[in-house]
Amino acid sequence: MDLLQQFINGLTLGSLYAMIAIGYTMVYGILRLINFAHGDVMMVGCYAAWFGAAQFGLPWWVSLPVAMALTALLGVAIDQGAYRPLRRAPRISALITAIGVSFFLENLGLVIFGGRPKAFARPEIFNQIYQWGELRVLSLSVWTPVITALILAGLLLVIYRTRVGMAMRAVSRDISTVELMGVDSNRIVALTFALGSALAAAGGVFWAMKYPQLNPLLGVLPGLKAFVAAVLGGIGNVAGAMLGGLILGLAEIMLVALMPDLAGYRDALAFVLLIGILLFRPTGIMGEKLPE
Amino acid sequence: MSLAGRIFKAGPLPDAAGTRRRDTWLTLAACALGGGLLWLAENQAGGYVVHMLTLSGLFVVLAVSYNLINGFTGQFSLEPNAFVACGAYVTALLTISPLEKEASFILEPLIWPLSVIHLPLLPALLIAGLCTALMAFVMGFPVFRVRGDYLAIVTLGFGEVVRVVANNAQSVTNGPLGLKGIAHLTNLWWAWGLAGATLFVVVRLVHSSYGRALKAIREDETAAEAMGINAFWHKMLAFTLSAFFEGMAGGLLAHLITTISPSLFTFFMTFNLLIIIVVGGLGSTTGAVLGAILFTFGGEWLRVVEEPATLFGLDIPGIPGMRMVVFSLILVGVMLFARQGILGRNEFSWRWLLARLGMGRGRA
Repeated sequence: MDLLQQFINGLTLGSLYAMIAIGYTMVYGILRLINFAHGDVMMVGCYAAWFGAAQFGLPWWVSLPVAMALTALLGVAIDQGAYRPLRRAPRISALITAIGVSFFLENLGLVIFGGRPKAFARPEIFNQIYQWGELRVLSLSVWTPVITALILAGLLLVIYRTRVGMAMRAVSRDISTVELMGVDSNRIVALTFALGSALAAAGGVFWAMKYPQLNPLLGVLPGLKAFVAAVLGGIGNVAGAMLGGLILGLAEIMLVALMPDLAGYRDALAFVLLIGILLFRPTGIMGEKLPE
Repeated sequence: MSLAGRIFKAGPLPDAAGTRRRDTWLTLAACALGGGLLWLAENQAGGYVVHMLTLSGLFVVLAVSYNLINGFTGQFSLEPNAFVACGAYVTALLTISPLEKEASFILEPLIWPLSVIHLPLLPALLIAGLCTALMAFVMGFPVFRVRGDYLAIVTLGFGEVVRVVANNAQSVTNGPLGLKGIAHLTNLWWAWGLAGATLFVVVRLVHSSYGRALKAIREDETAAEAMGINAFWHKMLAFTLSAFFEGMAGGLLAHLITTISPSLFTFFMTFNLLIIIVVGGLGSTTGAVLGAILFTFGGEWLRVVEEPATLFGLDIPGIPGMRMVVFSLILVGVMLFARQGILGRNEFSWRWLLARLGMGRGRA
């Protein structure tokens, strides 16, 4: 019974990682760029939702889409402003820029919002306790995986059943050939950033509901771990990122549940996993391409 | 001599023996002048200036050795905070007196051999450097199986792991409480002495056949391997050497600020070093030195943006934390508009300086 409870917790955490990991994997699939700022984009999404809910009194089902839209705009702006001028530059230059953007967002957040954590009120519907027999679960833990699954189903539909999605898949294969076919690759890249950032915002809002303390550095660790999840699943592969996120979430929760002595090492688990994957199966679980 | 050495033996144009002797004398004279200036600073300048000068010396060590792996070998890695942490902890654990250790390890006592050791600074620093180099050596095996941005993320992960270990290994690191009561032993001479040693070793290495092999790996690893360079061991050489110096600098840093805790060695530290070497010019030792000094003193100067100011009759309240925003904008700006940094891959040379002064024959 206890194990089942932990399993649900792991599933919840894993869905959050999955939602953030998808943004990494989509951008990496197309541009071969680790978008370091992704975790911080998620942080901005959290604050946007917080402003909507706490300052303007919007209900969560309004402030969530608004936050997603604003964050999508931010993602596109980062791409156009900071990454697009470096498309033809060595890849490391873009990576350094991404680190710079990440620090810029964090420190701007610290200047604007201050370092003091902000309380994020959980909406009523996510704050109930569901009880089945001995099993007591917070409704948030049940709803997070469900909503994640819905969002991901929608995303897969876009990627595999629409013309834009086809263009995205094509661009990730070979960007110059696709440009010759008359596809405006910049629009596709911008769309990728928009979708990825919106998902990060959604993930971030649920993250903030699970750990209801906002601070400008909250995106750093989830961001890094989500990247590990993306590599675990096979970078560039959306379904792989989902799977990787779930595995990582479950592994972390199980480590804490089964080996409480090692609980302090929880944050290191993701990186140990990463090193293991790169050593033994660098393509991840579902990936095809080899890293360089 | 290694195979790589024989292939790249052609090297730069052979200097006339006289020119080389002249350069050696000039370098020695410059060292003497620098020593004199340090002596002057120590005796005449205020404590604050001395502190900043000491700190800039440590940043020179860190930047030059970080540049060896990132700039010269082209392996973009993000782990110096781990090396600095390792060096700082090892040195501090060796030099703090057993009594002091007993007093600060409240939650769990320090494990046996460390709890009784009490060494002077120099042997402690050397041991710390060797320990850090050993850590880099072990790390190198998984790290150099990947390249490019994967290498960046794996090394970043190592940095995080080291921080998590420092936070949790209570009986060695005292956990989040950190170590305190470290003697304030680092002065100008220690910092700039280590800086001089680092510069000497790194410059000699870069100008040797090994250095040329490292640059060949940076330009095109596959081609370098085809020329018979063992890329893995050359990368390992650069990595462990830079770890050795970063570890020693970490030890001196611990003895400068006298209190260390895991929160000091976050990715933030690596980020600062990254700014230094990118602004100075990736792959230029002179650039790294220049960047380090600019960063230490520029950072102080930038405090202006955090202070309250009156601009065009408008009162602007002080904005704490604004400095880091400016730093990150500088990094992005340099990448977008001046990717070469200040010096690109150019180096200082006496021939260049003499030509500038109108005393030599043409550029190097």
